Amino acid sequence: MSDTILQVNDIHKSFDGTGVLRGVSLEIREGEVVVIVGPSGCGKSTLLRCINGLETIDKGEIWLRDEKISGRAKDFHVVRQKIGMVFQSYDLFPHMKVMDNLLLGPTKALGKPRQEVEQEALQMLERVGLKEKAHVYPRTLSGGQKQRVALVRAMLMHPEILLLDEITAALDPEMVSEVLNVVIDLARGGMTMAIVTHEMRFAEAVADRVLFLEEGVVLEEGTPEAFFHAPATERAQRFLQSFTYASKRGKTEVQPKNTFGD
Amino acid sequence: MQDLGISVLFKGINFQRLLGGLWVTLRLALITIGLSCLFGLLFGLLMLSKRKIVQFFCRVWLEIVRFMPQLVLLYLVYFGFARLFGWDLDGETSAVIVFTFWGTAEMGDLIRGALTSIPLHQTESAAAIGLTKGQVYRYVLIPQTLRRLLPQAINLSTRIIKTTALVKMINVTEVLKVGQQIIGQFYRQPDTAFWVYFVIFLLYFIVCWPFSLLAKQLEKRWA
Ligand SMILES: Nc1ncnc2c1ncn2[C@@H]1O[C@H](COP(=O)(O)OP(=O)(O)OP(=O)(O)O)[C@@H](O)[C@H]1O
Ligand SMILES: [Mg+2]
Repeated sequence: MSDTILQVNDIHKSFDGTGVLRGVSLEIREGEVVVIVGPSGCGKSTLLRCINGLETIDKGEIWLRDEKISGRAKDFHVVRQKIGMVFQSYDLFPHMKVMDNLLLGPTKALGKPRQEVEQEALQMLERVGLKEKAHVYPRTLSGGQKQRVALVRAMLMHPEILLLDEITAALDPEMVSEVLNVVIDLARGGMTMAIVTHEMRFAEAVADRVLFLEEGVVLEEGTPEAFFHAPATERAQRFLQSFTYASKRGKTEVQPKNTFGD
Repeated sequence: MQDLGISVLFKGINFQRLLGGLWVTLRLALITIGLSCLFGLLFGLLMLSKRKIVQFFCRVWLEIVRFMPQLVLLYLVYFGFARLFGWDLDGETSAVIVFTFWGTAEMGDLIRGALTSIPLHQTESAAAIGLTKGQVYRYVLIPQTLRRLLPQAINLSTRIIKTTALVKMINVTEVLKVGQQIIGQFYRQPDTAFWVYFVIFLLYFIVCWPFSLLAKQLEKRWA
């Protein structure tokens, strides 16, 4: 039995009186990949943002290993050093070259020597196929390249857990897999992750466990095999249906080919 | 045979006098620009206040400064304050007060604009890599703000330099005033006026043109 990295206990969050999270609990163990799916507006982003302290919660508790991180106002940046997060919008710093984007956190937040991290940064860039981009400005990169750099930037902090919020949602379709394959690679390397995505094939390939969120509550939770092939709730069935198309000619359903993982 | 008017400029110390006047112009402008940057930063942050009442007063200040001719403000301070409060302000001090009052509002608005033009997710992703609030400002927000701000601030500065010409109306002997004194002395020479004003035109051009070039250059490089 491996250690628990993240423990979310019955958290509640509302915006202007509207409950967005209404009692969500979640536990993620070391090396585990949990994928969170659900219809638009169900609170997936809010959940990740609460974990990273970008939103405060109204009720409940969040623990990172044996440290309670919810309700902690002071020095939250120390907690964020242990939680990596990548967003949907391309969020590289436009005034810095790729390498400076990568080194900012490790050198300024963690105080590591520059040469040491630079070495590691180059290795990681090479791993995601972007070594030759180390000294260009982000505006010269494609969306897919930017998101790969953003992943490297988060990983260089050696976080305990990585939170990914629809990191391919703003990409052109042909760039989606180059980014998601990096995520699969990280998952194979044992990275603990909580991933929000609308790419169901990717979700199935990468997840150890799937969480189905609707209207701020966890409606269903299970293995990817169970969730994607035999969802227990009618809501989940309907949600998964919305990703398939009825064929023009017959009754068979058409799904995009699985290009991820094994 | 009569001399050409241009030779007037090289009679005695006339040209040095003009340069002296130009220095008064520049000194006034530089002090004003420096103070406007300083107070403008405070004013810009004040404009971002969440309090409606603070926002309202900032807005009023900015509007007043924009619709009020600077000359009226200069008269108001130079002649009005002297009478009203018994302050004996010299022309240059009055000018610094008025132009800083104006520059602060304009610079503050530029700073507010530059700060708000940076998307929220820049702040959030900087926070997400574990930077402190101060570091987020230092490494991510302020550098980006400066890149947007600098070209506009330089343009405002050239406007301030040009506007200082007004101070001759409150008895400050800046370059234009010196020019008029020279013309007065050499009134027998009919084309003196043309040449004196032409040289003043050149002087302003030499001072402002590099600023304008710099602003364009920066805009291109940081686009
Ligand atoms: N800062 C905020 N202020 C007010 N309402 C908010 C705020 N952030 C989110 N909401 C609301 O909370 C609800 C959940 O938002 P959230 O972004 O978590 O949904 P989501 O599941 O991530 O959706 P999507 O799949 O579209 O990204 C939405 O109705 C949204 O309008
Ligand atoms: Mg979302």
